[in-house]
Amino acid sequence: MSETSNRSARRRKEQILFMSFRVCGALVVIALIILLYYMFSGGIGLINWEFLTQFPKNGMKEGGIFPAIMGTFYLMIIVLCVAIPIGVFSAVYLVEYQPSRMFSKIWRIALHNLAGVPSVVYGLLGVGLFVYFLDFGLSLAAAGLTLSLLVMPLVIAASREAIQAVPDSIREASLALGATKWQTIRHHVLPYSISGIMTGVILSLSRAAGETAPILLTGAWFYMSTLPDSIFDKFMALPYHIYMMATQMADLETGRSIAYGTAVVLLLLILGMNMVAIFIRKKYREKYRW
Amino acid sequence: MSTKIDARDLNVYFGDNHALQDVNIQIEENKVTAIIGPSGCGKSTFVRSINRMNDVVPVARTTGQIVVDGKNIFDKDVDVVDIRKRIGMVFQKPNPFPKSIYENIVFGPKIHGIRDKKKLGELVEHSLRRAALWDEIKDRMNDSAYGLSGGQQQRLCIARTMAVDPEIILFDEPCSALDPIATAKIEDLLEDLKKTYTVVIVTHNMQQAARVADKTAFFYLGKLIEYGDTKKLFENPEEELTEQYITGRMG
Amino acid sequence: MSTRKVFTEEMDDLDEQVTTMAHLASEAIRKAIKAFETLDTDLADEVDELENEIFCWDIKIEKHCMDIIALHAPVAGDLRTVSTCMKIITDLQRIGKYAHNIAGFSRELKDSGHFKRMVSIPHQGELVISMVEAAVNSYVNRDVEEARTLYDQDDEIDHLWNSILRETLTYMIEKPERTTVGTYYILVARYLERIADHSVNIGERVAYMVTGRRIKSRDWSQVCIDQDLE
Repeated sequence: MSETSNRSARRRKEQILFMSFRVCGALVVIALIILLYYMFSGGIGLINWEFLTQFPKNGMKEGGIFPAIMGTFYLMIIVLCVAIPIGVFSAVYLVEYQPSRMFSKIWRIALHNLAGVPSVVYGLLGVGLFVYFLDFGLSLAAAGLTLSLLVMPLVIAASREAIQAVPDSIREASLALGATKWQTIRHHVLPYSISGIMTGVILSLSRAAGETAPILLTGAWFYMSTLPDSIFDKFMALPYHIYMMATQMADLETGRSIAYGTAVVLLLLILGMNMVAIFIRKKYREKYRW
Repeated sequence: MSTKIDARDLNVYFGDNHALQDVNIQIEENKVTAIIGPSGCGKSTFVRSINRMNDVVPVARTTGQIVVDGKNIFDKDVDVVDIRKRIGMVFQKPNPFPKSIYENIVFGPKIHGIRDKKKLGELVEHSLRRAALWDEIKDRMNDSAYGLSGGQQQRLCIARTMAVDPEIILFDEPCSALDPIATAKIEDLLEDLKKTYTVVIVTHNMQQAARVADKTAFFYLGKLIEYGDTKKLFENPEEELTEQYITGRMG
Repeated sequence: MSTRKVFTEEMDDLDEQVTTMAHLASEAIRKAIKAFETLDTDLADEVDELENEIFCWDIKIEKHCMDIIALHAPVAGDLRTVSTCMKIITDLQRIGKYAHNIAGFSRELKDSGHFKRMVSIPHQGELVISMVEAAVNSYVNRDVEEARTLYDQDDEIDHLWNSILRETLTYMIEKPERTTVGTYYILVARYLERIADHSVNIGERVAYMVTGRRIKSRDWSQVCIDQDLE
């Protein structure tokens, strides 16, 4: 084949491939747009101040979803207090103190597998361990801890990656000045990996906010007239509310539209948290740029 | 001419790799000692043994002694943090912290207990002056260290090391990543530094060793082959291997 | 093939050049003495040409040494070799100059001729020729022992110089009409003694090049004892 015809054949091939890549990319965006359109067109009409601050009334057909919002909020606080510290410090231990190779290997395998466990199985674990064995009953505590277990692999993985991204040359510089290992971690490794860790944290929280199966089995309730008294109390939550409204209502029309409305609130919450994650990442990236 | 660092029967193993073999050498106080040799000859390993940086490598094992001021640094009752305060190190690639210039320099003194702001400020100025960097950056103290050029960053690292007031400063190929002018500035600095500190510099650039060092040690395949006055080593070396290496006729 | 190909070739070239110049100097003094003894002015012309060549080699080799130092930064043995070459070309150039002078006297004496079988000059000439050849050989073969023998030969030359001087002075006093010729004899003997000294210098430089020690007297001990010169 002559040179020029070979060249144009190669160029055509390249163009075809790139076109198909673009189409794939477009498909992803289109899927997101369809999802958002569906949810927002169905539910945006319902969003008003009353919807967000009132308890459900009149057999759940009117009023608002305030307790569900608060329930989800409480859950995230529990996850924040439990999964985040344990996850971040496990990652610090794994990377910085480098336990034996066998241990690291086992840890890594465990982490990968835990990340793949279906959320409903976590729910079952939560029932067995927190609801019955530890006798928390159906409660915020049980559900919160179950969600913590679920997101912990994510937190650890994200933290580990962020910590490993800090170059060894910086650790060396700190040690060579006479700093202890902990001083090096505290003054250098952690501050410089904050952006990555924070991103992981927030993504984990938004994941926890949206999980239905685990809380289904460990304490989510479809109607409560007051907010939970303590962490051992049952609670309402946004994902569960969506499920309830979409399937358990006698009046399907109203139910479905409330479900869409709740979904919009949940989506906005998650989108909002992701935005915060991006913002934090950007801010800390610039502060400690290398 | 007193001995500051006395290595006795020093052996370092990285797993099965016998990186340093039976090294015996006396480094003199307030002199610049250069360590030369081909890649993989153990010169970096040797220098990293002096401030126990090899401790951070899990598979590293050391036998023998390194006696500094009468005490073996590998003794059980020796605090490695104290060793590293007294023996500083400047690395091949400049590694300032991604913080401001000021914060880079005060980190060392702060973790060793100096809190007084005024004293820290004086320390910063003194260190930067000593590193011949003060005039260039005195108006930029709060700017990020990463805004400096490579040569300036390396001098910042030197200033940072001096801020903890060590007795010995180790340089591991400090000019490898720098251009000739930056290199020349740092070489001039070494001449001044030896008045206060004992300097050990690893270099793969023989001309640099010839220019800056009072004494030179030649390592090959983990062994110390020859050690003596720089002039003697470069004009009339004792060992055939040394002659081959420095005339470039090895391999 | 070892590394530093260009540098090694440069050093080999330098060695060749110095060897050439040394052989030229050797040839010049041989021909000069013959020209003086036989009063052969044609041979004296040949010596003049040789001296010109030697003069040019001095300049060429010095430049070559500077180039090597500037470009290749020689150390250890290489450095000693280059510095030795730079110094012995000066000695060789002086030998060439003296040869030229000695040969030139053949033109002066053409008319008046020799006397007294030229005192001991032929004998001194032979010894000096062998000394120059020994010095050249010690360089070419890097032979320190040969360099050492030059000291003894130099002693003999010094004796000869003294005896020639006395003998010729006596003769000039006896026969004043022979003063001109006698003076030339004294000059030739003197030049030959200088050539012998230069040969000893070359030997000392060769010993430094090979051993790295600067020796200044026959037992290879150092006269200037100083730590810095060690």
